Amino acid sequence: MNTRKQDFLTGARDTLPILLGVVPFAMICSVTAISVGLTPFEAAGMSFVVFAGASQLAVLQLIGEGAVWIVMVLTTWIINLRFTMYSATLAPYLKDEPVLRKIPFVYLLSDQAFGVTMSRFANGLPANPAWYFYGTTSAIGLTWAISAIIGAMLGALIPASWGLEFAFPLSFMALMFAAIKDKPSVIAALVGGTTAIIAKGLPYNLGLILAATLGIAAGVFAEKKMGATR
Amino acid sequence: MNGLSVWILFIAMAAGTFALRFSFIYLFGKVEMPDWLRDALKFVPASVLAALVFPALVYSDGALDISLNNIRLLAGIGGALVAWRTKNVLWTILVGMVLFWILQAL
Repeated sequence: MNTRKQDFLTGARDTLPILLGVVPFAMICSVTAISVGLTPFEAAGMSFVVFAGASQLAVLQLIGEGAVWIVMVLTTWIINLRFTMYSATLAPYLKDEPVLRKIPFVYLLSDQAFGVTMSRFANGLPANPAWYFYGTTSAIGLTWAISAIIGAMLGALIPASWGLEFAFPLSFMALMFAAIKDKPSVIAALVGGTTAIIAKGLPYNLGLILAATLGIAAGVFAEKKMGATR
Repeated sequence: MNGLSVWILFIAMAAGTFALRFSFIYLFGKVEMPDWLRDALKFVPASVLAALVFPALVYSDGALDISLNNIRLLAGIGGALVAWRTKNVLWTILVGMVLFWILQAL
């Protein structure tokens, strides 16, 4: 077996513990998509095309609230801005790969693939780092797609009276606590959240975008202040 | 939303997201990420997610309701405890939804 294939398979295998979280998350995205009125085909299709769960859930909540589409698109892009950080971090390992080969695997770049890849690289670089990364994104992408289809079939069976739209804030909560790592990020969350409450009345759900911006600014400011006093 | 506009929305979401994923991988050697941007991006998830969570808990039928009558707030606090301890989406939804259904039935 050549070393590329070996590194690809090692990458795929290293995602196994993470896949336990990917399966229900993809299913939740499909089930909630159906709860806001999408068809099962659209629900699974969203996960295939967008492949970014947190932003999908945010947009589904906005669809449920009847927001305008430009706010939905902007919200997606803001939530997914974090991918530029991953992109910058992974770039040196992918620099010698042909562009066309990179595209499908980079399309499948996720928080989980990035996390698995970087924790392996920190403990010793594989012979073909790019192929290791391709293995992680492929395994997660495939699992995500299959789970999204299963979720779409299940979602069609769940009656609207279950009030599943409450699953949105619950899922965001878990993701939020996972993202809060230090005091400045606590402050970013508190300012973002409080602004969103106050600005809820703004038209077109623009309060969300205002809240995100102020939250980020507060986090940066807090980090500068705390860094200065340390 | 009708069928076609949903797919246009998905494609707009996906195109922008792919551009963000590919950004610095594509630009490697040409453009480096500036430090100020890296510092700001760190706070995107915490602030956006909080902005999605907070209003969903304290508003009930479109009106601000910070009281024991607001079952979303009560069930949400229970869910937040699970989210804080486990950071797990599935457990948070399970506990939060069960609390929500129990409070609704009372």
